[in-house]
Amino acid sequence: MSSATQTSIRRDVLGTSALRPDGAAKVQGRFEFSSDLHAENMLWGATLRSPHPYARIVNIDLSAAYKITGVEAVITAEDVPGKKTYGLISSDQPVFAQDFVRYVGEPIAAVAADHPETCRRALAAIKVEYEVLTPLTDAELAIQPTTPPIHPDGNIIRRQQIITGDQALQSEIIVEGTYEVGMQDQAFLGLEAALALPESGGKGIEMYVATQWLHEDQKQIAACLDLPCEKVRLTLGGVGGAFGAREDISLQVHCALLALRTSRPIKMQYGREESFYGHVHRHPAKIFIRHHASRNGEIQRIEAKLVFDGGAYASTSSAVLINGITHIQGPYRCPNATIDGYAVRTNNPPCGAMRGFGVVQACYAHESQMDKLAVACGLSPVEIRLRNAMVTGDKLITGQVIESVAPVARCIRETDAIAMPAPLSRTADPLEIVGGSGLTSLPHNIVRGVGWGVSIKNLMYSETFDDFATARCQLKDGVATLKYATVEVGQGFVVLAPQIARSVLGVDEVVLDTVDTGIGSAGSTSASRQTWMSGGAVDGACRLVRQRLFEHVGKKYNIDPLRLTIEDTDVVDMIGDFRISVTEATAGVLIDETYEHHHRPTEELDENGQGNCHVAFAFVAHRAVVDVDVELGLVKVIQIATAQDVGRVLNPTAALGQIEGGIAQGLGLAVMEEIVLDNGKMRNPSFTDYLLPTALDAPTVVAVMIEEPEPQAPLGAKGIGEPPCISVTPAIAAAIRNATGKELPRVPIRPQDICF
Amino acid sequence: MNPNSEIYNLRVNGKMHEVRDSWVGESLLYVLRERLNLPGTKGACEQGECGSCTVIMDGQAVCSCLVMAATAIDSDICTVESLSVDGTLTEVQDAFVTEGGVQCGFCTPGLVVAIEHLLSQNPDPSEIEVKEAISGNICRCTGYGRIFEAVDKAVSIRKAKTS
Amino acid sequence: MVEINFNHRKPTDVIALRRLDELKSVHIDAKKSLVTIGAGLPYQQMEHGEIAQYIPALAQAARTVGSPQIRSAGSIGGNLGTCSPAGDALPVLSALDATVNLQSADASRSVSVHDFMVGVKRNARLPGEIIVSTTLPIVSGWQGYAKVGVRNAMVISVASCCLVVDRTNGTITVALGAVGPTIIRCRETESWLASQIDLKTKATVSPNLLQEFGDRIANESKPIDDHRSTAAYRRHAVCVLARRLLTRANSQ
Repeated sequence: MSSATQTSIRRDVLGTSALRPDGAAKVQGRFEFSSDLHAENMLWGATLRSPHPYARIVNIDLSAAYKITGVEAVITAEDVPGKKTYGLISSDQPVFAQDFVRYVGEPIAAVAADHPETCRRALAAIKVEYEVLTPLTDAELAIQPTTPPIHPDGNIIRRQQIITGDQALQSEIIVEGTYEVGMQDQAFLGLEAALALPESGGKGIEMYVATQWLHEDQKQIAACLDLPCEKVRLTLGGVGGAFGAREDISLQVHCALLALRTSRPIKMQYGREESFYGHVHRHPAKIFIRHHASRNGEIQRIEAKLVFDGGAYASTSSAVLINGITHIQGPYRCPNATIDGYAVRTNNPPCGAMRGFGVVQACYAHESQMDKLAVACGLSPVEIRLRNAMVTGDKLITGQVIESVAPVARCIRETDAIAMPAPLSRTADPLEIVGGSGLTSLPHNIVRGVGWGVSIKNLMYSETFDDFATARCQLKDGVATLKYATVEVGQGFVVLAPQIARSVLGVDEVVLDTVDTGIGSAGSTSASRQTWMSGGAVDGACRLVRQRLFEHVGKKYNIDPLRLTIEDTDVVDMIGDFRISVTEATAGVLIDETYEHHHRPTEELDENGQGNCHVAFAFVAHRAVVDVDVELGLVKVIQIATAQDVGRVLNPTAALGQIEGGIAQGLGLAVMEEIVLDNGKMRNPSFTDYLLPTALDAPTVVAVMIEEPEPQAPLGAKGIGEPPCISVTPAIAAAIRNATGKELPRVPIRPQDICF
Repeated sequence: MNPNSEIYNLRVNGKMHEVRDSWVGESLLYVLRERLNLPGTKGACEQGECGSCTVIMDGQAVCSCLVMAATAIDSDICTVESLSVDGTLTEVQDAFVTEGGVQCGFCTPGLVVAIEHLLSQNPDPSEIEVKEAISGNICRCTGYGRIFEAVDKAVSIRKAKTS
Repeated sequence: MVEINFNHRKPTDVIALRRLDELKSVHIDAKKSLVTIGAGLPYQQMEHGEIAQYIPALAQAARTVGSPQIRSAGSIGGNLGTCSPAGDALPVLSALDATVNLQSADASRSVSVHDFMVGVKRNARLPGEIIVSTTLPIVSGWQGYAKVGVRNAMVISVASCCLVVDRTNGTITVALGAVGPTIIRCRETESWLASQIDLKTKATVSPNLLQEFGDRIANESKPIDDHRSTAAYRRHAVCVLARRLLTRANSQ
């Protein structure tokens, strides 16, 4: 029986708000983002982009650019030695446009020069002759077979139906609507940047990139450079946020090509405007949806048509569509469904992953509908949702049984239990009132509204994709070293990984090795998957190490390893008296294990949309309180209350940060964020007119984290990154409807939508 | 790159720095990062709309992307690099780390500078004063909640130290 | 500087005015009831102190400019030089019939702000002239400013309004921002209202009169549709702002 007293030293294990190891560097400005990297003898690279949404390239004249002093290289499609196209799902996107340009901003050429200003002059000197064509900008038109294809792969990127149950059922209560979600941008602050260092001889390249998935970048870059993957070594440069926009290649191949062409290091970085053009955006979507329900509000059938505008190139549109259609029922039981979904190609800016990945759009539609259903059935917004709330064991309309913990009703009830904010005071500071220092409104101009949103979100990748994660753990002298390719974009994996090692191995000091392609893939930092997958990989590697540690100690001290456990920072015999510190037990001893974590396999959907295509699910409820100046249509979000199904809280502060951050992004989509398009051209590619929430727009967030450990998850914890930004948007819209009585079928909601 | 201006000097973080062979249109942000080896200040919009490039110039918080570097001679410029001496974090910096005010960290230098400036003028700001003071600093990751907590904590610690 | 960052402008010779203290000065002429504000005075310094005391509408407008960082550096000279119809201070200058003081190497002149603002981003400054200062009257009576933006901070104006009541002379002036090629002074409505009520006193304005006042203001605006807003909304917004400002003017 162990007689050791418990130490009262707080260790940064799982469940504590351990501090970020990169925090000190970041607050001092010493943390190196990819845009902070330099190399001796480096040149700058820059990209020439199409001003037209659709045009045939007649001629490209590079001659004047070459004449500018300081220009070292000018490259186009002809200079791509390997695959001329790339893409996450289908390689339909040209490295440089060859015959056609298909969106405003499509890259046509790149230059390398001694100064960014020289680059700008060189780009201005390139003369491209275009035959301007009429762009296809209407997603509905793109579905029509009579519309000429704007790409050899056709205008329909994917079509998928879900046919479940009774296709003819008509219920007593029927409500319907057509809902639209505008094009949101990820708008991460850390602008795109990369540094490419060519190997002498040009047979290989080393790059520092800010991406979400090193190995996927590596694969695509290597294919375009016609190099084997091992000769394209990627190291993660500091990433200033991602939110989906870094899943696709942006400047990586261009940067690499310039480096190989000039045999010199190349630095490329985008300014904000170029960033808007240079990465994918959230799919704008139009969703028609009709709910059939019994008189007492139970959903009996859903009909829906979803159209996602994927823009010029496919990116991950196919997967976004699947997420949209498989989540259209929301976190509610629904026995019958007739769903038709399209992801289409247009000459609008290309769309791809953004936090929420298709479910944001579906959720806006189904939650708007739930409120309509509530009214039709004479129920409150809370009652209608509770009445239909899923539980573990219920089925999605795809036939997949929800095996995950599914505390939907609890999310709703615990959100409902959160106290409402105090009413707006008659003597409130102007900055607390809608309109702020603009002094537009006085308290008597304000109406307060309350609204609800509840969501389901899949975790990890779907439809047979094996997005495994790899991690290596080395333990010696009481210090654990972790190696993984898991990308840190700000979400906090760098703090979680050491917490795992401390909990499993009883060490305190954990060293994080360089994040690069020198180890197996960790999959993408997206899909709310890294805690589960990379956390699972680190956990798995640490457990293997711990097993070996026990075997080593057991052998040395003649104890059956099965009796050994970690207690605090010691290896302890659970039955006997033996105790030794991990440090002492590993003095001069190196234990080294690598582990790959795979989630269980998933299936494709058949032609009726049936199949177990997702891995697991998380749930969340949001209640929004807004103040509206109804006469002027101005909105201030006062409070967001939320209860989120997190499985297990591994780091309370970090988890709260994800929740608050996601809510801010959902708020942006609700009331202020939209890329405004005019015939394929972006009207507002700048922070002057693409508005992000400021500190004065931030609501009070009251968050409850519901911990019902998920048995499937390696640490019991579900992914938490995406749910916060999904149902908050319809909750805010519902609150504005509550205050104004307007239907508001579209987000973002603008003042004119409220006034007229 | 042909030299387009004379050599000029900037006083940054208490030291004189010489800038040569520069193009006259270079912003202070560019010069700090690319010529003076002070990359702590970040650029995210080049328009003064995000606050990532905030520095203190002659006692005022300004966006360095909007300052033409060559016009900043005779000015006293302080960047994020001047805040922590010998790697010891200020109360504001430390609170950012402990309260979760840092995620990706790109907005952080600008925010820390703006907050240090606020507290130097107003050591006990109200919640609204804090929000207004940082309304020009965009954070895309945190939603500001943990940042407000960090400021609160820094203010409390400083008040305790001075009382 | 934004234009330089974006490669729209390529200066080769630059004269920096940053160090000229005269451009940042504030002069109060108590006898003539005039305030002269240097063209380089940062907005931040207009939010409190003498300017807030004598020209409260300007202090209000100053507080809405950009962000604290912008207010540390931005100035009326910037608003006048750019001459965007959305310039935050410009409706105040218009409502107060400010004069713009210009200086060249051999001459100086003063121009009414109405004559200075010629069109969208076009002003009457001649080559070789710099904007030195602007002179505004100290008016006895209520004045106020309001600005509509889509976000609660750091916004370009979608519509703005400045209303000044001169209780001594019994007149009212109303200027609108972001609803025309330049700032719009609603002179017709101003004279109409002066004929309807005695502006030397703080009489309550009847609901009918308030209604008509707002409609007339809206009719004098010339807004357009753009990526920030629509003409219809802007017209509606200035109507509402004008009514609210008039109500505030008469409720103290």
